[in-house]
This record gives sequence, C-alpha cells and structure tokens, in this order.
Amino acid sequence: MSDIKKIKDEFLLRLKENLDLNQVNQIKIDLFGKNGLISSQFKQLGKVAEEERKKFASDLNLVKDELQNLITTKIDNIEINEINQKLEKEKIDITLPERPFVQGKIHPVSQVIDEISSIFSEIGFSVEEGPDIENEYNNFTALNTPDNHPARDMHDTFYLDEKKELLLRTHTSPVQIRTMLNDKPPFKIIAPGRTYRSDSDQTHTPMFHQVEGLHIDKNINMGHLKGCLNYFIKEFFEVDKIKMRFRPSHFPFTEPSAEVDIGYEIKNGKIIIGEGDKWLEVLGCGMVHPNVLKNVKVNPDEFQGYAFGIGIDRLAMLKYGINDLRAFFDCDYRWLNHFGFDPIDVPTNYRGLSR
Amino acid sequence: MKITTNWLKEHLDTKLNENQIIDKLTDVGLEVEGVENQPGSLDSFIIAKILKVEKHPDADRLRLCDVDIGKGDPVKVVCGAPNAKEGLLTIYAPPGAVVPKNQMKLAVSKIRGVTSYGMLCSESELNLSNESDGITELSLEKYNKKIGENYFPKKSLNVIDISITPNRADCLGVRGIARDLAAAGAGILKNQKKKKLDKKNKQKVSVKIEKEKDQACTVFGSCSIRGVKNTESPEWLKEKIISLGQKPISAIVDITNYVMFDLNRPLHAYDVDKIDKGIIVRNSRKGETFEALDNKKYKLDDEMCVITDASGILGLGGIIGGTRTGTALDTKNVLIESAYFSPRSIRKSSKKLNIDTDAKFRFERGIDPLSIEQGLERAANLIQEICGGTVSEFDIQKTEDVKKKSLKFNPSLFKKITGFNVDKKEMITILNNLGFETKEDKELLNVTIPSWRPDIFQEVDVVEELVRIKGYEKIKMIEPEKVRKKPTLNLKQKLFHFLQRSIASKGYLEAITWSFTDSKINQLFIEGNKEVKIINPISSDLDVLRSSIFSNLIIHLNKNLGRGFKDLSVFEIGPTFSGSQPGEQQTVVSGLRSGKLDRQSWLEKERLVDIFDVKSDIIKSLVEAGFDKDKLYVDDETPSYYHPGKSGRIFLNKSKEKVVAFFGDIHPSILKKLDIKVEALVGFEIFLDNLKQPKKSLKDQKTQYKYSDFQKSERDFAFVLDKNFKVQELIEIISNVDKELVRSVKVFDVYEGANITEGKKSIALNVTIQSLEKTLTEDDLNKINQLIILAVESKTGAKIRA
Repeated sequence: MSDIKKIKDEFLLRLKENLDLNQVNQIKIDLFGKNGLISSQFKQLGKVAEEERKKFASDLNLVKDELQNLITTKIDNIEINEINQKLEKEKIDITLPERPFVQGKIHPVSQVIDEISSIFSEIGFSVEEGPDIENEYNNFTALNTPDNHPARDMHDTFYLDEKKELLLRTHTSPVQIRTMLNDKPPFKIIAPGRTYRSDSDQTHTPMFHQVEGLHIDKNINMGHLKGCLNYFIKEFFEVDKIKMRFRPSHFPFTEPSAEVDIGYEIKNGKIIIGEGDKWLEVLGCGMVHPNVLKNVKVNPDEFQGYAFGIGIDRLAMLKYGINDLRAFFDCDYRWLNHFGFDPIDVPTNYRGLSR
Repeated sequence: MKITTNWLKEHLDTKLNENQIIDKLTDVGLEVEGVENQPGSLDSFIIAKILKVEKHPDADRLRLCDVDIGKGDPVKVVCGAPNAKEGLLTIYAPPGAVVPKNQMKLAVSKIRGVTSYGMLCSESELNLSNESDGITELSLEKYNKKIGENYFPKKSLNVIDISITPNRADCLGVRGIARDLAAAGAGILKNQKKKKLDKKNKQKVSVKIEKEKDQACTVFGSCSIRGVKNTESPEWLKEKIISLGQKPISAIVDITNYVMFDLNRPLHAYDVDKIDKGIIVRNSRKGETFEALDNKKYKLDDEMCVITDASGILGLGGIIGGTRTGTALDTKNVLIESAYFSPRSIRKSSKKLNIDTDAKFRFERGIDPLSIEQGLERAANLIQEICGGTVSEFDIQKTEDVKKKSLKFNPSLFKKITGFNVDKKEMITILNNLGFETKEDKELLNVTIPSWRPDIFQEVDVVEELVRIKGYEKIKMIEPEKVRKKPTLNLKQKLFHFLQRSIASKGYLEAITWSFTDSKINQLFIEGNKEVKIINPISSDLDVLRSSIFSNLIIHLNKNLGRGFKDLSVFEIGPTFSGSQPGEQQTVVSGLRSGKLDRQSWLEKERLVDIFDVKSDIIKSLVEAGFDKDKLYVDDETPSYYHPGKSGRIFLNKSKEKVVAFFGDIHPSILKKLDIKVEALVGFEIFLDNLKQPKKSLKDQKTQYKYSDFQKSERDFAFVLDKNFKVQELIEIISNVDKELVRSVKVFDVYEGANITEGKKSIALNVTIQSLEKTLTEDDLNKINQLIILAVESKTGAKIRA
C-alpha cells in the first residue's frame, strides 16, 4: 500500500522536473518496463490477501493511469517543443524568387482570328480555308474581275509563273469560289487567312491577313448584311453601341458594294472606337454579283446574299492599340511578349472574348 | 480626281456649302480622300514694291531690297534676280509661305550674313510660267494701288480629292460628279452653255482608220484651227490647271487638259504643219519606235493602236502623244483629235509599255463614245477665244456606229436586294437625273443606259444606282439569327487551334513571318523539294515561297540574339510550299529553342536546352491533342539540316505511315553558314496534315476504368547492350513480356565509359509489376524477372549486369 503511494509521490516529483525525451523514456522504463516498479507491483497482485486484492488492484490501476497519462503528456509536449524548435530553425526567406517559369504567348493576329471565329460561330458561320497559292481564275476571273479590268491594278499581285496564271492570293475572296464550287447553297462561311500584295510601306506589308465572309441563301438582302456586320463590330470591340456608316463603293464581285466606316475619336492619345465624329474605314462588302454566282453554278434568280472582307491586322491594331503594322511580322521577342496573349486565354462566347 | 467647289458650281446649281458637298459626295459613293488647302498657301503671296536696292556686302550677285508689302515698315529681302530694281512691282512671299514649284517652306534665313525676311518670286517659282530668269514684273498701271494685297485671288480654293472607283469613268470629269450630286438632291445640273461655233472650210488633213484585226480606235473626230497665236493661258485657266496639281504649259495644251477634266473627254492637239500628209490610225508593228511627250523613246510591240503619218508614228492612241507633232508656242495651225479607243487595248498597251497618263487612265475605264463632237466643239471654241484662228468643220471617221445599250428592269428587284421599298415614280426620277432614259412597260421599266456609263450591264447595276442615290442609311438593319447548323471548325481546324495553343503553353512565343523567304537560306532547308520562285518578288531576299518555316524563324531568332536575348523559344504555325500549284502546301508547326534553362537561377543548376526538351514539348502537345503516347514511334532518319546524331522523327505508330514530326539539334554547319552564335539550338517541326485525327474524342465514352488494389512490386535491372541499340525497342521488349503484369518501365540511368566495354552501353531500368487479380508471390515475381532477362538477352544480345 505504502509502496504504491511512495512510487506515486516519488515519480510525480520526478516528472515535474525539466526532462528531455530520454529521461522521460527512462522513467517510463523504470515504471512500466519488464521489471519496472509498477510492473513489479502488478506481479505481486497474486500475493496480496484476497480481501485486500481488489482495493490494491484498484489503487494500483489508478496510479498506473495517472503516471501513464502524465508521461504521455510529457512526451507529447517535448515532441511538440522539438518540432517547434526545428521549425524555427527551418525558417527561410520566402521572398526569394520562385523556380523560374516561362510563359508562352499567342500572336495577336491568331488571337483576333479566334475572336472573329467565336463571334461568327455564334450567328451560324462556319470556318473555311483555301490555299495561299491560287490560280488566276479563282482570284480574279471567277470574281468578275476579267483580265484587263482596272480593278486588278489595285491588287499588286505576286506571280509564280511567267504566264501569270499562278499567283499568291491577293484577298481571301477566292475561298468564296472554292466553297461554292464544292458544295450546294445555302452557304454561310467565314474564311480567315494569309493574303499577299506586292506593297510595302509604313501601312502596308507584302503579307497580311483577311477574313472573308459569305452568306448565300434565298432572300438574303442588304439589311441582313448591315445587321451581321453591325453585330460583328459591336461584339468584336466589346461595346454596346457602335457608330457605323455604309458608303457606296465598288468591288467587281459585289453589286451593290459598300465600304464600312466606324466612328472613332482620340481621347488622351488613345483611340476610342464607336463614338466621335471621325470615320475609319474597316471593311468592304456587298451583295454577291450575279456573275459570280453564275460562275460557281449557283442560280442567281433563286439564291442571293452578301460577302465581306475584313483586314484582320487592322482590327487587331485598333482593338489592342498597336501602332505599327510592320512589327506584326518582325518577330521581335519584346514585341511578341508585350502584345501576345496567354495560350489559356481562348476567346469564347461564354467567358467573354477578352479577359 | 481633284475638283474645287468653284469648278463644280460651273455645272451644279447648289445651295450646299463645301462641307455638305463633301458629305454628299461620300454618300453617293464618290469617296472624298482629303481636302487640300493647297491654294490656301497661295493666299500669302503679296503684291509688293521694291523701294530700295543695295548691293549685298558680301556677294556680288546678291542684292538687298527694301520691300513695301503694305504693312508699315518695309521688309528686308535678299534677292539674286538681275531685274530687281527700285520701283518694281513684284510678288513677295513671307516666311512660312510654301513655294508652289518646289514645295519649299520659307523661313527667315541669313544669306551670306544678311538676314532675309521672305522672298521675291519668279513666275516659275509660282508655277505661273517657265520664266525663271528674274523676279515677276507686275504692271505698274494695274497693280500700283494693290500693294499689300494678295496676288492670287482669294477664293475658296480648297481642292477636294475624290477617289473614283474603277467603274465610274464618268466621274473622272467635273460634270459627271455634278450630275451624281444633282441626282442625289444636292442641286440642279446646269445646262451647258452653247456658243455657236463658226465653222469655215473643211478639215483638210486626211484621216483614215485602217481596217485591222482588233482595231482599238472606232471613232476619230478632228477639226483644225488655223492661224492661231498660241500663248500662255489666261489666269482663270491657269488657276484651274494648277488646282489639279498640274503645270500650265500653253493655252492649247491647257485647253485640251481642261476639257478632259471638265467633261471627261480626252483630246489631243497636233501641230498641223508637222504632220506629214495625212493621219492613219493603225496597229503598230513590232520594233517601231517613237519619242513620246514624256521625252522617253518607246519601242513598240505588235498590235498597239498608233496614230501615224507618212513619216511614222505620231502617238499611241489614247495613251500619249509624240514630240514630233506636239504643239509649241509658235504653232500656227492646230489639229484637235477627239477619238474613242477600246479600254482593253489601251490597258494592254499601256501595261506593256508601263505608261500611265491621265488620258490612258480615262480611256481604259471607258470614255463616252458619243462625246466626240462635244469635245471638239468645246476645245475649238476655247482655242478660238484665247488664240484666235479659223475653225474647220468636224471630220468624223468611224468604223462602227455607237448604239446606246438598254435593258428591262423589274422594279421589284430593288426591294429584293436592298430590303426596302422605293416608289416606282421616284426610281424613274432618279434614273432620269442620272441620264438614263426610261419607258414604262407594264410592271417593267425599259431603261436606256447613258453612253457615259460603260459600267451598267444588268438589272442589279440599276439597283445599285438607285440605292446609292437614295442613300445606304435607308437600308434597314436585320438582326442576325443565332442559329448554328454546322460545326464552326472542322477536325483539322480544331487540331490547328489545339496544337497552336498547346505549343505556346510550353513557353514558346508565337511568331508570324512571311510565307516567302530568302532563296539562299531556303536552300539550306529545301531537302530536294521544288523551289517555288516568285516572278516579281518585293525584294531579292524574299524571292521564294518557303520550303520550311525554319528559314524565316532562324533569321528572326538571330535578330533576337542580336538584341541581347539568349534563351529564346519561338514557334510559328503556317504554310510551307512544295510546288507552285494551288494546294501544294502543308501546314506545319515549327519551333526553335536556344540557350539555357534556369540560367542564373539561385535554385536550379542551369543547363543547355537539348533535344529531349523539344521531344518532350512535341510529345506532350501530341498527348494533349489526344494522341496515344504509348503508340508513338521514334526513329532517327531526319533531314540534313538536323544534327545527324541528335535528331529524330516521330510517327503515330510503329507502322511508320507518315512522319508526324522532326526534332533535334540544328546542324552546326547551318549555324556556321548563317553566322549564328548560340550556345545551343534545338528545333522541331510538326506536320499537321500528317496527323490523323485521334481515334477517341472527348465526346466518346471512356473505356472501362480498370485498376488494381493488389500490391505492386518494383524491380531494377541493368543491361549492357550495343551502343546503337535503341532503348525504345528495349522498353517494348520488356513491356511485351507480359502486358498484363508489366505496368511501367522507366529508364533511370544510361551509362557508357569505365567498366563498360567500348561500343556498349549500360541501361538501368525500373520495372513496375502488378497483377489485376492477386498479390504476386515471391515466386511469381522471380518468374517474371527471369522472363524479362531472358527476353532481353535473347532478343538484343544484351547481358544483365551483375
């Protein structure tokens, strides 16, 4: 009896001291090891008189639990302490730079092509393509621009043969011809791509990008054309209202033809699209000429519709405030980095065209 | 086409001011490109009087003039003209004025140490004449009381520059523009004043149009004016010629030009006395030559329409006249030609000879064939008025009669095309105002097309006339329907889109470079493909279509290295060309990486980029695009522009149908040839057209999900095998030992060197083995280990490393 009390008192005292993990473990062995003091007491349980055995056991168990708990707590504390000390030591300067990473970029022209595709997708246009090398027929003749037509002067054409039958397409309009020859109406397509004219100065590059639009069906009239382009321009520049002007013009492959200007003003050195009293030409369009439809075996009495051509590079410059067209194709690392878009930034109609 | 409002008002009775006219012009399709205030600068030229002339202290030829410009104190002007003398009335240009002749802007300047405030002008400097020997001398009588006033009449002389579309030949004359404006409600087209021309005698120069194949000249009208005194043009005429941005030459030449710009009726004036016998219009013969008014000698081809006489060629009909029979100030007898030449022939000849003139520009667009006499009449009248002389009767030679075209127009087509309605009566008014004659025929209109409108052929052309005069703002906008009946992108377009963004996401900047390139650099990448030459390149270093994207990419990479960048990753997706036929092109994604990874990082050890970086970029992108990584197959046959030992090509599977990609180090000899100094340069090309669509797409159901919860074991092996033996095969052999049990094979070490026989290498692999059905026993594992070793040793001749 007194033994148990003695053990208890003695060890309670010892455990109050400032101990390290080894010392606590030693105490644990001293008490509960094979020959530990408490273990020994349990071994004596059989020798205790029967009437006292119950109480003895109960007391012994109480002391055992108490000391055991104390030891466990003690060990936990020491461990926590040790972890804390270790953590303290491990503290680093987290303001050091992260592991280096590189960010790729999508060229503004590609981004704008995706934006355009996304907008026209919403109103039912699908994307068509055509080859960069065209024959004279698809690029001019089929588009109602016969040989010796003065309109050909406006297209400074790159030729690939002396007979001038093979050329680099001067506009995306030959895709109209290819599309209509290969399929049956109705047609509702856009065709973005590279185009080429032998022209090089501050505002012209020998290669540039256009997107062609073509919508042929029964009863498609100039009202549809106006509505479609108004929708596109509004969506593209992400504005609620757009000031737009359709002006009569001439393209051999459309009749009537129009050029479209949008209103703009310069505020604090920045161009604001959609308002103001200045006009900026952004595209050409018109009702597809009956001669063109005949050339592609579409009956102009049954089907009619509109076509348009838009300069993609110009649109990109306007929307993203890029001044110099030539820089688009200069491949300057700094420029690409500055004007490029993150590849994850895919234009969509539910998340929005641009961030 | 340049016009002034004053000139316009000679044909148009209008209340609109200049700005309203400009808006109206744009509304009817005559786009105003700009308004120049060129004559505004003439406003500053002042009538002045020289008060005193002194010698320049430091230059014999120069003088110092005190000039009264009507504003208080006289100004000091240094002048070199010999005729500068006291009391002379002349024209003074203050600092800031722009000299019309050379477009130089005057400033206060020191001339040999003496400050000169402005300039005294010669007639030539003011484009008044060719007189350049001294300063202008004004008559005392006329100008003495006008000192200080502007010399040039200060009218609103804004010059409006209109861009005339190629279909509107008729608007290359002021009257045509006035007609359009009148039809659009801007005013009333004035009737042309007809001054009776007193014609005496016959036109005595014989004119003959030869019957030829494709004779371009169908009408040749002429009249002579004998006994003229050719002179400088009067001021009103000079002013008009100057407003067009041209130089007045002589009355006769100015008059022919004036009639051309006024009525769009080109004329040509000959000195009758220089014509050898009569005029013959015929086709040229190859090798004939003549000297044209631009002072160039032209050698002609076959079948160009020429105006000739007994001694040879006088001019190219409708394009340019010759010097031999040109008029001069001493010309006494003039022959005026007013003819019609076919646009096609004009265009063909002028293109071949590379001549561009105002007459050619008009004839190739189509001149009113019924304006022959009108032109002669107008010119003869003016010549007689200014130069005197006797006018002959008109001689009109023609090979065919001109008939006006007509068509039946169904007014309902208007609404069908434009979406809005215009009353038939209003249509008739518009058409009549434009010069069309109309006759109602039940629902239809019989429309006779004016002879000056060669661009009107069919009903839709009439619709355009009506809608542009009504105004495009009348067209009602119809909101587009948001219905999609076809997918926006096809499979290839989706793949394009996906790979573009996938490669970019690996840290590459997307570039767009020309589709053409320098043939010398292209040669390095052409690999036996056909060189596609551009016949008329924009510059000699952009003379072929590119056979590979590398040529341009490498040129630009080098430029960026020059800008101080070292670690570059760029790519381009676009066409390369293998022939000059449409379709002989493929779509390629091509990228380059240079320099190091983790350069000067405090965390990572820096290293050069290498082939396995680009290999990873390609394979990861292919996997992202939906291709099965485990099926990809690699071998080492690559084009010569890659490092022969450090490059490879990728196929979608072992059957090696089409090369999907090349990758590797760029050949050092290419870097040397292009003088590129770079620590490392690796590149790749992915051929989009060779990529079959992945079998599975997102919309397909996934395969059954199988996994194993049984214990897996990893075993390491090291084999010594031939240096040239491909690890790809080794992995395949091990995987094939038991496709169920061998879950993955990893290469964790490759070693050559000490302890390994020359020509051999050691490959250490980690193989994961796991069953779907049970926990494998030690026995099972040993068995499979043995199978692996056996398979490898027997199939490759390798030896397991102890």
